[in-house]
Formats: sequence, C-alpha cells, structure tokens
Amino acid sequence: MNSSTSLSFLARCRRSRSFMVGGVMTGFLLVCAAVSLFWTPGSAYDISIANRFLPPSSTHWLGTDQFGRDIVSMLMTGTQNSIAVAVVAVSIGLAVGVSLGLLAAARRGWTEELIMRFSDFSFAFPAILSAIMITAILGPGGVNSILAIGLYNIPVFARLVRGTANAIWTREFVMAARASGKDRFRITFEHIMPNILSIIIVQATILFAIAILAEAALSYLGLGTQPPHPSWGRMLNEAQALMFLDPWQAIYPGIAIATAVFGLNLLGDGLRDVLDPRLSRKR
Amino acid sequence: MTLPVSGDNVSLHETNPTGVLFSTCLAKITMSIFFAKRLLTLIVTLIGASMVIFVVMEILPGDPALVILGINATDEMVALLTTELGLDRSAPVRYWDWISGLLVGEMGMSYAYKVPVWELVEGALWITVPLAIISITFSITLALVVGLYAAANHNKPADIGLMGFSQLGISIPNFWLAVLLIMFFAIELRWFPAGGFPGWDEGIFKSFKALLLPAIALATVVGAILARITRSAVLEVYREDYVRTARAKGLSQRATLWLHVLRNALIPVLTVTGIQFAGLLAGTVVVENVFHIPGLGSLVLKAINNRDTIVVENVVLLLAAMVITVNFIVDMLYAVIDPRLKAQDI
Repeated sequence: MNSSTSLSFLARCRRSRSFMVGGVMTGFLLVCAAVSLFWTPGSAYDISIANRFLPPSSTHWLGTDQFGRDIVSMLMTGTQNSIAVAVVAVSIGLAVGVSLGLLAAARRGWTEELIMRFSDFSFAFPAILSAIMITAILGPGGVNSILAIGLYNIPVFARLVRGTANAIWTREFVMAARASGKDRFRITFEHIMPNILSIIIVQATILFAIAILAEAALSYLGLGTQPPHPSWGRMLNEAQALMFLDPWQAIYPGIAIATAVFGLNLLGDGLRDVLDPRLSRKR
Repeated sequence: MTLPVSGDNVSLHETNPTGVLFSTCLAKITMSIFFAKRLLTLIVTLIGASMVIFVVMEILPGDPALVILGINATDEMVALLTTELGLDRSAPVRYWDWISGLLVGEMGMSYAYKVPVWELVEGALWITVPLAIISITFSITLALVVGLYAAANHNKPADIGLMGFSQLGISIPNFWLAVLLIMFFAIELRWFPAGGFPGWDEGIFKSFKALLLPAIALATVVGAILARITRSAVLEVYREDYVRTARAKGLSQRATLWLHVLRNALIPVLTVTGIQFAGLLAGTVVVENVFHIPGLGSLVLKAINNRDTIVVENVVLLLAAMVITVNFIVDMLYAVIDPRLKAQDI
C-alpha cells in the first residue's frame, strides 16, 4: 500500500462517523474483555451471602447480586465470554462458508447447485433452532452454543461469497488470468479473494454482532454458557426472578448486550464506507 | 391519453381483443408454471429439512435411547427402551414411519408425558401462530410508517432521528426488551399481565392482551430492520425514471407513492420480511419463555429438559416448516406485486 493510498484510507476512516463511534465502542468492549483477564474490581465468582444486594458504592460500582457477586466484575467477565463465543462462531462460518462459496463460484454446475441447496435448507434453521437440536442431544453448554451459531453462519457466508465471487469471475482481469493459463485454484486465491475481502470483513462484523445476540439468547434460555461462568444472557435470566426486588440487575446486562451490538453494527456500517466507498454510495 | 409507465401492467395487446385474450392466457400459464415450480421447491426443501432433523436427532447421537436415559443407564434399560420406541428398526424405515405419520397428523408418543405429541403441539400452536402473526403485522406496520416517513423527510432531522432509533432497535435483544416491557407496563403501571396465557376460552380480548407485550418485544427488532429497508427501497425507487415520468404527467405525489413507488419498493421489503420471519420465529422461542407463555418455544425447552427428543424433533420440524412456508408465500407475493419477476424466473 503506497503512502497516498494509506492516507486516503485513514482520511476515509476519520470521515466516517459510524466507523469512529463503532470503533471506539468495540474497542472499549475489547479492552474490558482484555482487562478482565487479569483484573476485575471485585469477584465475579465468589459467593458472599453477607454482601447480597449491596447498592452501588466505591467498592462495588454497580452493587452486588443475590449471591453477593460484584456486578461490574460479572459484566467484564461476561464480555470475555461473549467475545470468545462470537470469535469462534464467526471463524467457523468464515472458514467453512467462505470455502464453500468460493468452491461454488469456481466450479459452478452441480457443485454450486448442491452448495446452494444446502444453504437453502440451513436458512430454515436459525441459530436458536440449531442450538435446540444440538443441546437436545449433547446437552447445554458454551461449546454447543458456539457450534450452533457457527453452523448458522456457514450458509450466510457461503451465499454472500458465491454471489460476489460469481460477479468477479466474469471480469476482464479474471478472463486474462484464465487465458494466461492459471488454474481455478490460483485464480481464486490471487484474484477472487482480494476482491471480495472487504465484503467478507463487513459481513463478519455484522455476524459478530448477531453471534453476541444469539449467545446471550441461548444463555438466557439456559442452553449456552453454564454457571458459575458469568454471561450476559444468564445474568439477565437470573435477574428476571428478582425484578420486584432489584430491577437494576436486569438493566445492566441488557445495556451491555445492546452497547456491544450497537457498536459492532456501527463499525460494520463504517467499514463498508471505508473499505468499499462504491458500496456505501449504492446504499 | 395517459402514457403507460414502467411498473404498470400495460401492453400493446390491450388495444386488440385477440391480443388481450392471448396475453391473459399466457399470463395464466406463466403463473401456473411459476406456482408449480415454487411448490416443488417447497416440497423438496421440506423433505431436505426433515432429513437434516432426522439425521441430527436420531443418527448423529448414535443411540437415541441412551440420550433419553442419560449416561447412568444400564445396558438392559437402554435395550428395553430401544425396543419400546422401535429404535431397533433401520434408519430409513424409522424416517419413513415418521414422515408418513406426519402426513396423517401422527407425531408419535411423548416419552415424558406418555400422550400423543400432536396433543401437546396442537395447544402450543394456537398460541405461537397467533403470536407470530400479530408480531409480523406489527413489524410491517411499524416499518411502513417509519420507513415512508423517514424517506419523505430524507436527510431532515426526522429521518436522521428515526434511523438512529432504528439502529438502536436492531441492537436491543428482544428478550431484554421483553423484560423491560414487563417491568414498566406490568409491574409499574399494571396495565398488562406480567406473564402467562389465560387460553382462548377465556375470551379473545384477555388472550390478545396477554400476547400484546410479547408481540411488541418481537416486532420492535424486526420492525426496525424492515423500516431501514423500506426507507432505502423507497428512496431508490423515487430516483427511477418512471417515477419522474409519472410526476411529469401530472400525478400527485401521494398517487405516485401509492401507485408506483410503494408497489416497487415492496419487493426488497418482502424479501427481507421472509428472511426476518425465521428470526422472528426463533425469537418467539425466547420471548415465550420470558413471559411464561405455553407456546411451541416453552414446549420445546421443556422437552429438552425432559430429554423428550421426539417432541424436540417434531417441534423443530414444525418451526422450520413455518419458515419455509412463509418464504414460499413471499415468493408468491413477488409474482403478484411484480409480474416481470415470474417471467424472468421460468
């Protein structure tokens, strides 16, 4: 990347309000998760009956829950959990979905038909339905929720990549590459991949937000992350029973989920503007 | 004389009666082929979905009897249950029995409750289906009102504000919104019940009231997504030449909106509605549990806890079938809204 290209890239980053706000919010989320690995203001695990339902104070910034656990610490540790689930689930989708999409576009014919029909079936199973089937067999747990969300991501990436890659395959520079004797595998990696990368990055950001929502929903239902490990969805589930007693406990995890998803959605919008200005103009 | 504009279903044949007859016949044949093709896709997708569910639920775990009994089961117990449930038959035979049973409304017996699965499902369907219908109606209404208003005030504070709110609406988890609605409208104001469902026998008004908060929780997120799509679709269509032509020939802004813009803008809105319906149905599973409503979502979750895999299998298929059917209906509506689509598709 030469200096003028990188300059205009930085200028586009600065100009995009969505990118800047979304980036700051997502950055905050990542910092929270990273910091919680070695420091939290209190304990997210230790039960202390003497400290139940403490109001916000300098020691417990948002108070404590019904087991005396520090709410800020639980939220921070929950960030770790949400990010871990989302990263793995999106990676599964990326690895399998992108490969299938590229294969479908490169091979066309029955391979494409087979992959696309498989995607059609998968669309009938949102992450929660897949998770229900998986947990019915394997039991609830964080790994199973990752698997369910990851499986849901595969056809999303496959469809997007196949559609975009098909359009690139018709371009002149690809025809020139074919004429020069390059095989489909080489063309896919040297010409198709770089041209669809920005769209994949934008989609990955959006699916990251969806994965955080799905993980929270599964944990809320008791199908995802299991106690004692804190997760935002589980915190919300536990707080619901205490709505009359301590309504704030149901507010905090919801704000955490909404902030994370809002930030990632904005970042996705911003990345679209920054990485592919033509796309943002089309919107 | 008024000029035909693109998007109007006007052809030159309309000037001569034989041409009209011919084009009507052709349109009917095209529509029939389109319908038959889509119906075939629907059936194939349903069969595919049922196979996926069967493989995941009955073949992948190895021994479903072991899943039901848990890891502490003895070999004798597993063998007894295997015979009792007919699991000793081959997989293709079991699959055929399941599907042929479904065709006559037989879903087998619940392992946990020892009653026909259909009895459990039927009661839950009478709650989940109305909840989904009310939610999608709210979502579309919200989307059209907000989307059209924002498009009409493009780049004005109303547009920017509404789109900001819609971005927020997309980010709020429906189950958290459900909890907030309970806290405010049920606990604070006491306008609505905090949960439960009285049953349709107790009166339509009472039951509708019980479904209102869950429907709002579900509709807000989907409505926010659809509002953004409606706005961009309307703005896109407004830039088309035929809209300019319609305005140039003297059609009022309102008439242009209803006759030309809305009809064409509805296509992307419908596409996304079809896609979002899957999310909405998945959302009912979660939201029903927030409000303790005994719909399909609550049923399937109880079935997981009871290891009642036969109930899980049938409910998941039913939910998947609803998603597939709604997308089929969306495809049919495309053809009604834009007759050019089906011609391209054949």
